Amino acid sequence: MSSLTMIEAIRDAMDVMMARDDRVVTFGQDVGRFGGVFRCTDGLQRKYGPSRCFDTPISESGIVGIAVGMGAYGLRPIAEIQFADYMYPAYDQLVSEAARLRFRSAGEFSSPIVVRMPCGGGIFGAQTHSQSPEALFTHVAGLKTVIPSNPHDAKGLLIAAIEDDDPVMFLEPKRIYNGPFDGHHDRPVVPWSKHELSETPEGYYTVPIGKAAVRRQGTDVSILAYGTMVHVVEAARQSVGVDAEIIDLRSLVPLDLETIIQSVVKTGRCLIVHEATRTSGFGAELSALIQERCFYHLEAPVVRVTGWDTPYPHAQEWDYFPGPDRVGRALTRLMES
Amino acid sequence: MSGGPLTLHVPEPTPCAEAADFSRLHLSEAGQLRRPAVDVEAGEIRDLAYGLIRVLDGEGRAVGPWSGACTIDQLRAGLRAMLKTRAYDSRMTMLQRQRKTSFYMQCTGEEAISCGFQSALQAGDMNFPTYRQQGLLIAQDWPVVDMMCQVLSNEKDRMKGRQLPVFYSAREAGFFSISGNLATQYVQAVGWAMASAMRGDNRVAAAWIGEGATAENDFHAALVFASVYRPPVVLNVVNNQWAISTAQSVAGGESATFAARAHGYGIPALRVDGNDYLAVRAAACWAVERARRNLGPTLIEWVTYRAAPHSTSDDPSKYRAPEDGAAWPLGDPVERLKDHLIGLGAWSEARHVQLKAELDEEIGIAAKAAQGFGTLVEGSKCSPASMFDDVYKLMPPHLREQRQELGF
Repeated sequence: MSSLTMIEAIRDAMDVMMARDDRVVTFGQDVGRFGGVFRCTDGLQRKYGPSRCFDTPISESGIVGIAVGMGAYGLRPIAEIQFADYMYPAYDQLVSEAARLRFRSAGEFSSPIVVRMPCGGGIFGAQTHSQSPEALFTHVAGLKTVIPSNPHDAKGLLIAAIEDDDPVMFLEPKRIYNGPFDGHHDRPVVPWSKHELSETPEGYYTVPIGKAAVRRQGTDVSILAYGTMVHVVEAARQSVGVDAEIIDLRSLVPLDLETIIQSVVKTGRCLIVHEATRTSGFGAELSALIQERCFYHLEAPVVRVTGWDTPYPHAQEWDYFPGPDRVGRALTRLMES
Repeated sequence: MSGGPLTLHVPEPTPCAEAADFSRLHLSEAGQLRRPAVDVEAGEIRDLAYGLIRVLDGEGRAVGPWSGACTIDQLRAGLRAMLKTRAYDSRMTMLQRQRKTSFYMQCTGEEAISCGFQSALQAGDMNFPTYRQQGLLIAQDWPVVDMMCQVLSNEKDRMKGRQLPVFYSAREAGFFSISGNLATQYVQAVGWAMASAMRGDNRVAAAWIGEGATAENDFHAALVFASVYRPPVVLNVVNNQWAISTAQSVAGGESATFAARAHGYGIPALRVDGNDYLAVRAAACWAVERARRNLGPTLIEWVTYRAAPHSTSDDPSKYRAPEDGAAWPLGDPVERLKDHLIGLGAWSEARHVQLKAELDEEIGIAAKAAQGFGTLVEGSKCSPASMFDDVYKLMPPHLREQRQELGF
């Protein structure tokens, strides 16, 4: 075991898999010689050579399009989209091609690709470097969508994603690349080394896609979150002082509905938190599922705390970000209702 | 200084609805263009993107440096493949008219391109076709009953009734699953070819697109990636003059040839008479050899004419001149190869009539057999439960629940 940052854990996952399986390749803008703008592929080209880890032209549809072709050939490509906000030119390749290839060819061809993309705000990235487009993937039949909240899961989930025979959208909350950010932007950055989930086994291991993690057992309310928000809701819970059960979803599709239902049936209250815009966000799906499955166990309406339905602003970033104050107020209201 | 108000240039559609006009087609004489060595640099053959490589002259003789690529037997096999494709199209169109299926797309007039190109490939190579390359399958004697079952969406349809008719997939035949979203597969072919090179393999990919779809982003992405990594891929552009009702000039054909688009990327380009089976084979062999010898990509514009409607849902009389097809200057690929073989003393009108009759009968028998497995409207189809299969490799719980909700 060693303590890693998210970036080191992600790099380690690719390193482990590139060493184990020579079909694993990775590419994207600035990925090769430079090692990625966030350094996630640093050293991989030197270690595995330029035909396993290389730079690409700035064309997201090209990057994902060649990944689909390589996957059909039999490789295990990991494509990096530099920011999730730049995914849109590749959306046709993801929705119409990667997601449907197995279905439309009745299994003759498949798309065992991973598309990695840094997502979320909190770095003063404004509207083009802050978005959380996960709901655009969860809406698409045939894609899997994974968002880790810590180095241990990031490495295990990425290895599972690389081994997965279906296309996996791997969203990396960039605000927690270097530390478990809890939303208190005015406080000093806490390094991952102080967090127990930075302890990461050496070598190969997987965290299964489709299993949520109960981060904290509790009886008063169930909080559903993923990515950065797992840390934010813990900070809010502490400040409000409720005995909340915190569920880190980790994988949105497939979704671990069983764990969610079990918790909400037990607590009778549910708060859903995500950074993405609210309308038709993944919280809407979660809320509907809980209404369908847990209605008679609910003591209060399900509450969502999310990013606003606006583009992500620059100077007003912390008014947009669903930080611990907003989450705390929602928790208090939910416990009073 | 004022030049008056600005005006927008909207291209005059050529060809157009009012009068057939192919005066801007950039034709060359048969045998006129040189055949460069396969290791030529792109910049040394820029003229070949503006002329037209042709082998068969007006009298049906094979002339010039691109001739001599095929034996008599290969030519007769090509003629047979084209005639079989035409018989297949005709029968499938009839079945659609009889409402045995929802939709069909013929490739009438374009048979030489897919049939000729396939003969340049080897087992293990991969085509990324559009919806008008059925000749790639027929030319390698892929069972037509299998294709028909797909068109009829019946119980033997290997695509389990999921895909629109003609959207075949045949991995064994090097025929990638057809998407239907335009141009997406062009860049995938480049990625597949990159993988072949990354693995030190010797397999070649062939990308296919129509001239209308070259406007899509993915066409340009494919050319960028092909130019950067120089993978073993042949980038085919089938210019059949029409994108449903939109003339090739509206896709940019008025400004430059489609072949010339490769120049900006430093990719060697050929412009070839797609209705000349001998020219098709010669150019295809040239480009495939380049790819196989690690000399990189080639773009080929195949100049042809979509003689039939876009699909069974289309009525070209609404948008093209009645004499458009007759005015087309490059003739019919079947007739031209037939005349050439007759000129060589290797074929005759009588044998031609006989072969057509044989193929009609073969296709008729196959169509009966295929209908025996059901049609879109009659007989058995794949169970509705099957729509939940293959969305993922292993069915996740939410799909299992939805399948149960449907009653399975």
